[in-house]
Amino acid sequence: MADIASTDAPAAGLSVREIDDGTERLHRILMIGIAVALVIAPFVTYPVFVMKVMCFALFALAFNLLLGFGGLLSFGQAAYFGMASYVCAYAAKFWGLSPELAILSGTAVATLIGLVFGALAIRRQGIYFAMITLALAQMAFFFSLQTPGFTGGEDGIQAVPRGRLFGLIDIADDRALYWLVAAIFMGGLLLIYRIIHSPFGQVCTAIRDNEPRAISLGYRTNRYKLVVFVLSAALAGLAGATKAIVFQLASLTDVHWSMSGEVVLMTLVGGLGTIFGPIAGALVIVSMQNFLASLGSWVLVVQGVIFVVCVLTFREGIVGIIAKWSKRPL
Amino acid sequence: MMHQDRSRPARTGRIRASLLPLAAAFATLLTTANLAVAEVAGGTVKIGVINDQAGPLSDLAGPGSVAAARLAIEDFQKLSPSVKVELVTADHQNKPDIGAQIVRRWYDAEAVDAVFDVGNSAVALAVQSIAKERGKLVVYSAVGTVDITGKQCSPTGLAWLHDNYNLVSGPIRKLKSQGLDPWFFIAADYAFGRNMVQESQAMLASAGGRTAGSVFHPLGNADYGSFLLQAQASGAKVVAFANAGEQLVSAMKQWNEFGMGAAGQTPVALLMFLTDVHSMGLQIAQGLTTMTAWYWDLNDDTRAFAKRFFGMRGTMPTAPQAAVYSAILHYLKAVAATGSDDTATVLAKMRATPVDDFYAPGATLRADNKLVHDFYLVQAKKPAELDRPWAYYKVVETVKPADAYRPLSESECPLVVARPK
Repeated sequence: MADIASTDAPAAGLSVREIDDGTERLHRILMIGIAVALVIAPFVTYPVFVMKVMCFALFALAFNLLLGFGGLLSFGQAAYFGMASYVCAYAAKFWGLSPELAILSGTAVATLIGLVFGALAIRRQGIYFAMITLALAQMAFFFSLQTPGFTGGEDGIQAVPRGRLFGLIDIADDRALYWLVAAIFMGGLLLIYRIIHSPFGQVCTAIRDNEPRAISLGYRTNRYKLVVFVLSAALAGLAGATKAIVFQLASLTDVHWSMSGEVVLMTLVGGLGTIFGPIAGALVIVSMQNFLASLGSWVLVVQGVIFVVCVLTFREGIVGIIAKWSKRPL
Repeated sequence: MMHQDRSRPARTGRIRASLLPLAAAFATLLTTANLAVAEVAGGTVKIGVINDQAGPLSDLAGPGSVAAARLAIEDFQKLSPSVKVELVTADHQNKPDIGAQIVRRWYDAEAVDAVFDVGNSAVALAVQSIAKERGKLVVYSAVGTVDITGKQCSPTGLAWLHDNYNLVSGPIRKLKSQGLDPWFFIAADYAFGRNMVQESQAMLASAGGRTAGSVFHPLGNADYGSFLLQAQASGAKVVAFANAGEQLVSAMKQWNEFGMGAAGQTPVALLMFLTDVHSMGLQIAQGLTTMTAWYWDLNDDTRAFAKRFFGMRGTMPTAPQAAVYSAILHYLKAVAATGSDDTATVLAKMRATPVDDFYAPGATLRADNKLVHDFYLVQAKKPAELDRPWAYYKVVETVKPADAYRPLSESECPLVVARPK
């Protein structure tokens, strides 16, 4: 993003400030566009599908915040996503919490796990960091598999009640729930946008690009890395908890390492380090899983081919390549 | 005018009299024909088959279940050509959220009337609550968890094949009565393995048997040497495996390498399908005893179906695949008989009519929505005994429902409990 702005600004004959104004306007228009699309979507397509896309898009956005803007490649995002979905499902089903409290408790647990895992993992860099997050996430998976009393083992927690929002609004109906999920998604998107463009986000980007230099400028980089790690875990948890309410179930799929892989795939296909890329990536991958389900074993083949094509022909991802063509950071 | 008409009434009357029964017959025919189509929403019965199409469960159900569904529809169309049937299929990839989402969409947006197979406990439990909420029918074949017709039973969820209770009860009751006791368990260390062992030990205790020991190995374990030696040293007469697929194959390979069959211990697979035996080969599988709800080489009817199935798939049908055929045919017959695809109407008819096919002749549904049918205790043949391809089993004994099912009096299903006894 930053380098697109710096290299293209002279070519376009604009000052940096003017680009920033134009970009800000463009982003605002895109945000409004997404909001309008979300309002129209349930009337033209199946709402549960859109809700699933939103949950995964939020998950991918959270991952992108960590990797695209913090430069930290974590292979263990499923731990926060999955554990939050278990806690949310458990709280809603067995403690009878209302959905907003269940989602919040799931998010809180994901945040705590993120804090512990992050504090351990950020001590190392690169491949070692990735391996530590993967190992810790596998421990979370093992925990889920071996505590049938809490997680239901491989059967998962089923028939989670959707309940009443704030004890008042019945969200058992898909349409009613849709607006809650849309609000959570838009809230998450705006929060991430704000984080990226805050002074904090700028420092994270600086650390991503050149950590020794950031240290030499007096930043305590480990603190920044830990905070961005925890933020990413919390938002992944928010997505997982919301998913548990949408599908009324929490299962091992959500904590499995392949879920961590899937979110990497979504982010890469959509565009790493772009703002809107993960949303496009989630839309593409979830649509494929959804509409190709009747193809049986071909789903995985098609998914693999698309990934290979994506990596070979446009490594920047869908939104990344659009940003490159239009010379606008998206 | 009046004059001319005078002679007419008599004639018309005669014609009318002779036409009347014919017209009436025609009218009745029309209305019944209309009835058969009119009450079926959209004029088409739409059924969905969802299962694992490419993963570890795809051999025993997978595309074979879809083929079985096609055969069932084909046979049904011969009986009732006027009812239109549409089949949709999907792969849930063994992920409950994907399965739940597809089934939700089928019921809500695509007017699917009934869903079949499912074949993965986690997905099945997810589908169960959706079907219950929507008041739509779902029929399971290879779903192991006893909760599906126990704690989480539903008025619209039917179990057509087996559950873990059926699978452990037959071998234990039959082998115990042959004096094969005590038992040793080698199980995979996760909920499935633990449940199977727990159920087995409870049943063994109630049959007066004894557990010589049990070991739990990590999921995906490759070396069973120490476990097998423990089993050998325990003095157990039966060694039961509560693991499946690749793990069972590795364990049985090492069983043979250790020459444990010769030492007089009987190996039992608590969960095994015909395709598992096919992929491990009789050299490895020989002597392995298991429980199955159906086997293709039972009689002429089963062989006839197996032959048609083989023509389509190049493999013999497994029990879950035969169950899909039976369930779909029974469902469609009920739809044709009632002329409706309303769940309650069709379900009442399905309950009232005994199953009439090669899979479970005369079987009926009981209060917890389990189909009550015979099971078979089978043993994998020695390689030399194999006279035809795929005829891997010899039937040791037919297990009657009384020995294979959890008595309704012990049921945890609210549908049973609510019913006055």
